[in-house]
Amino acid sequence: MKTVNDAIQAIPLNQYILLCSIIFSIGVIGVLIRRNAIVIFMSVELMLNSVNLLLTAFSVYHGDATGQVFVFFIMALAAAEVAVGLAIIVMIYRNTNSIDINVLNRLKW
Amino acid sequence: MSTFYFVAFLSIFFSILVITAKNPVHSILYLILTFATFTIHYILMNAQFVAIVNFIVYMGAILVLFLYTLMLINLNKDSEPQKSRFVKIIGFIAGGCFLVAVVAALKAYKTSQLVILNDPNLGLVKNLGKILFNEYLLPFEVSSILLLSAMVGAVLLATKDPKTT
Repeated sequence: MKTVNDAIQAIPLNQYILLCSIIFSIGVIGVLIRRNAIVIFMSVELMLNSVNLLLTAFSVYHGDATGQVFVFFIMALAAAEVAVGLAIIVMIYRNTNSIDINVLNRLKW
Repeated sequence: MSTFYFVAFLSIFFSILVITAKNPVHSILYLILTFATFTIHYILMNAQFVAIVNFIVYMGAILVLFLYTLMLINLNKDSEPQKSRFVKIIGFIAGGCFLVAVVAALKAYKTSQLVILNDPNLGLVKNLGKILFNEYLLPFEVSSILLLSAMVGAVLLATKDPKTT
């Protein structure tokens, strides 16, 4: 078990930061280029998850379990956010018969 | 070591598919695969508690919620109007700027130590439970209030208003 862990985990910290920032920027691009509200919501989830992965990597790197407790709180927050957000999307769909976000640009005024 | 690179490639590949898939249902299924690769990442770091919670909460609960909402509003067809090409290019540039900034910062900071797990039972449920219920008891209770209020809010928002219908 110990040797397996040693064989797997000899990864530089930079690689984790690179992976997480790539996935985070994919999430940012997804928010910017899509018009479907649910897909935008999923891109936000992608960003949250990349931050979770980076927090866990730093937690393992420093040998401090606080980071993983924080990941747990972020997941609780994400669950609450998804519940409220999807309820809002359902309500918008009921009122406008579409989840295209360009319909909502009346919110500007 | 090569396991990490393979799984990292898979997670980037699936997350690109999430934002490029035309059909929202396919998009959600690719998101499930992305989160599965994230679970493998957590297992590779021996963060067992986070891996299990990610598996159950994200892949099990949140994405099923997404799928149910999509079925509820019956939008599983390829009818999403596309943004104009100009807006898409601007979006790529804006997202790429962030990536370039982070990569440049990483290049400037050359040295990088290895991520090595010194304490093998760091991410186990026993250890994290002790920390959670000793030092972080108040945030834990506050998050339960948050979940309760989110549940009430979701029910309140999603039920039909009897006056308007």
